Amino acid sequence: MAASMNVTQEDILARARDWRSAGRGVALATVVRTWGSSPRPVGSHLATDADGAFVGSVSGGCIEGAVIQEALAVIADGQPRLLDFGVSDEQAWEVGLACGGRVQVYVERLE
Amino acid sequence: MKAALLDAIVAAQAARRPAASITRLADGAQALFDGGHFSGELQLSETQHTEVAGRIVADKSGPLDSDAGLFLRVYAPPPRLLVVGAVHIAQALAPMAALAGFEVTIIDPRRAFASAERFTGIALITEWPDEAMARLLADTMTAVVTLTHDPKLDDPALIAALNSPAFYVGALGSSRTHAKRLERLRAEGFGEEALARIHAPVGLDLGGRMPAEIALSILAQVLQVRYRGAS
Repeated sequence: MAASMNVTQEDILARARDWRSAGRGVALATVVRTWGSSPRPVGSHLATDADGAFVGSVSGGCIEGAVIQEALAVIADGQPRLLDFGVSDEQAWEVGLACGGRVQVYVERLE
Repeated sequence: MKAALLDAIVAAQAARRPAASITRLADGAQALFDGGHFSGELQLSETQHTEVAGRIVADKSGPLDSDAGLFLRVYAPPPRLLVVGAVHIAQALAPMAALAGFEVTIIDPRRAFASAERFTGIALITEWPDEAMARLLADTMTAVVTLTHDPKLDDPALIAALNSPAFYVGALGSSRTHAKRLERLRAEGFGEEALARIHAPVGLDLGGRMPAEIALSILAQVLQVRYRGAS
């Protein structure tokens, strides 16, 4: 069935909950602000576990790698982080937000 | 995020109940809005309660206007698409709309059309459209599309849709067919303002004629109305 290929925002949260219930370390990343063109709207979620398995997206694929790296640190120390990606940021060039926008992503651990 | 907060949001979504989380980005303190009530470690002012309630109706996540350090995530129920007529176009429209995040239901009392074989994984209702519509209660997150060409099936569904706050109402058929349809609905007592809610001929004018192309034009119009409003 085609619909099962589609990962909705609801599925992401349900998956995060299931991972946590199974005793895995889990972090939830959320787009909290965007400026200019950005591929994913405010509120978009990405959930990742301590092994780097993830579901959902916070960009068109440009910054997911960097967000997952930070998420692993959040899972390890429990401190939420507010990440900034944009063309004015040198690191953003490295991770390549090709659309030219700017996006702020909040990453928190599921307790 | 506390497990209890996540559990509450997941449960609200399963029940098609609007919910929201409010996060203080500086330290991660959070509040939950669910079932009309606020709870959690983060205290909000009365003004902020009002602001959150308004933003939930508009399904608008983002920083609060009253305090940009507070991030509001609205979890509105997913939109629904009710399709009357288990016809060829519906076979393309149903999976397309499901991919775009809609909860799709097909309504057609003709069981030969509304068969699980033709609509794998899609909710099917074989009641008459007026009965089905009375039970499904189209809300502001619901779009209704009639595809049968048969007034016996389409008209009762359109009448129910026009009497509901559905954000989109569309009817398949040529301009001539639609003119006759409008005559019948006027006889049922609908005024011009109500009748103008019906998108007909249905869909954006993309030029395609194949069922999948027409389905795409219908879904595109539903999305346009959802995000840009009716023109």
